Amino acid sequence: MATVASFNVEYIQYLSPTGELVGDKIPAIAKDYEQIKSLYEIMVMTRVFDAKAISLQRTGKLGTYASSLGHEAVHVGIGSAMKYEDVFAPMYREYGVQFCRGVKMSEVLLYWGGDERGSNFSGPPHDFPWCVPIATQNTHAAGAALSFKLRKEPRCAVTVIGDGGSSKGDFLEAINAASAFTLPLVMVIVNNGWAISVPRKKQSSGQTLAQKGIAGGLPSIQVDGNDLFAVHNEVKVALQRARDGKGATVIEAITYRLSDHTTADDASRYRPDEEVENAKKFEPILRLRQYLMNNNQWSVQQENKLMEDCARKVEAAVKEYQNAPKPPVTDMFDYMFAKLPHDLAAQRKFAKELDNNG
Amino acid sequence: MANITLVEAVSLALAYELENDKDVVVLGEDVGINGGVFRATAGLAQKFGEDRVIDTPLAEAMIAGLTIGMATQGMRPVAEAQFMGFIYPMIEQIVCHAARFRNRTRGRLTCPLVIRAPFGGGIHAPEHHSESVEAIFAHIPGIRVVIPSSPSRAYGLLLAAIRDPDPVLFLEPKRIYRVNKEEVIDDGEELPLDMCFELREGTDITLVSWGSMVKETLEAADKLAQQGISAEVIDVATVSPIDMDTILESVKKTGRCVIIQEAAKHCSVISEIAANLAEDGLYSLMAPVKRVTGYDVIMPLFKLEKNTCLQ
Repeated sequence: MATVASFNVEYIQYLSPTGELVGDKIPAIAKDYEQIKSLYEIMVMTRVFDAKAISLQRTGKLGTYASSLGHEAVHVGIGSAMKYEDVFAPMYREYGVQFCRGVKMSEVLLYWGGDERGSNFSGPPHDFPWCVPIATQNTHAAGAALSFKLRKEPRCAVTVIGDGGSSKGDFLEAINAASAFTLPLVMVIVNNGWAISVPRKKQSSGQTLAQKGIAGGLPSIQVDGNDLFAVHNEVKVALQRARDGKGATVIEAITYRLSDHTTADDASRYRPDEEVENAKKFEPILRLRQYLMNNNQWSVQQENKLMEDCARKVEAAVKEYQNAPKPPVTDMFDYMFAKLPHDLAAQRKFAKELDNNG
Repeated sequence: MANITLVEAVSLALAYELENDKDVVVLGEDVGINGGVFRATAGLAQKFGEDRVIDTPLAEAMIAGLTIGMATQGMRPVAEAQFMGFIYPMIEQIVCHAARFRNRTRGRLTCPLVIRAPFGGGIHAPEHHSESVEAIFAHIPGIRVVIPSSPSRAYGLLLAAIRDPDPVLFLEPKRIYRVNKEEVIDDGEELPLDMCFELREGTDITLVSWGSMVKETLEAADKLAQQGISAEVIDVATVSPIDMDTILESVKKTGRCVIIQEAAKHCSVISEIAANLAEDGLYSLMAPVKRVTGYDVIMPLFKLEKNTCLQ
């Protein structure tokens, strides 16, 4: 008997839950305090925004909302590693990535507030909007990556999927396409432990989800998804590899969904409180603040000021969202096709008249 | 100028667009060196290279997803679903994404793509190779469904579909892929989408059809002519959205309408045309609208194929 192939999955962590650097290899970002501080601010802002969005939903001022609580390092790590010209294909809770890329908080609120204009956002115009069907965005990202490759543009696509979504065919087919075409693509599995009420262990008996990438022929690693340095650095390395024409990478980021799945969910029905309480010890913001403080780069005064700034900016975003006028009823029709077909033109006229008549 | 078949016209239109628009790529299973199982892409990979005519891994949902991803980034991909019976894994991508991107991003991202699929029965094919399910897609807002019925219309409509800024499902009736030859001028002239084609003028009855059934419809019109009945024949061509104006105008003149389709009857394109005639054409009608369709049965294997396919 001969071994024809063998594989291993590396786990990468640079910053421990207590805010200390671990291991021999220190990524460049760990010493770039200005960048860390700016990313820390986005992470905190994302969390303040998140709490506000939930409270808006609870008071009837927002529709169902998918919280990003606990995912801040994965999201900001990805967003900060990407270039503007790269394309991002999200699921529906990666606000941290999108804030790094210029999407406005008011636009996230517009989307969850039932207004398509939220997806016509201020981020890169080539970025994909939120994707509610699971894993279909992965093949869109592969398609975008294929177009960059065919046009010989030095651009990459980045897409995310959850632990639940990693069970879907579209995710596996995207891996396969990325492998077959050597695509400039980075796929991040945001393994937050839960797909609504179904825990990670029920998705697959595989030791890791990263190994699904290996099965497809892609280099695949696991990172501590609550470690900003690990996510940022490994996504950056993967992007450089992709830009150099060496193909796609799969990164499984281990994090934890500290919130309900969405505001329509009640995780206490299926998830023990102790598990959540324990997970809080590993959450991403705490350890990054600790790291900054340990290195005399952050003070209580700065933290207080940041919280005030965040609260002010979030309030301004909420105002902008709430002040947005209802879209005209004709918007339903005007973006169906570049040129409105005859039958739709008649329906548009009818809907407008009906609306005018109250 | 050459006399060519419908499938050759498809190939000719693809070649014209590949030649004249660098954003156009053709992709699918076996479309490359093999030239497609029906030869619709014959010679294209050799002429334009494997970066323009791309053999994909065997995964239909992925082909649709890739096509959508490319289209949103400004390319004009033309994907092939090898048979309509294998298009179902693509449905989520077509319905949830291709049809929706323009609308849900308020015009920021668009999907100028074409998915081509050979469809219909009558060629003694194996199971899952003979269905006509255009109605599934015709029901979906945001996507055009176009069906050619002759070589020249295949050429002109496919050019229009590729150039259209929105997604088009281009269904090719494979039974007539090689039935007739027609002179097709390879001048890059497109034909209009969203419009019926009046194939024959008449005064006594309007026969409405599309795809492979147009052949039988024209033969029926010939037989009627022998009986002294003058039939107007309309090829719907774009079955979503439907150009009802042309059909209603014709029925206003003839007062009678028979609609013919290969597909099963229930909730089909024919139902929509008949309903529109009932709503807007009642006072023109001197007789009830008659629908001639396949049965509401699973498409039989080929021993019974002729008992459900009208031919």
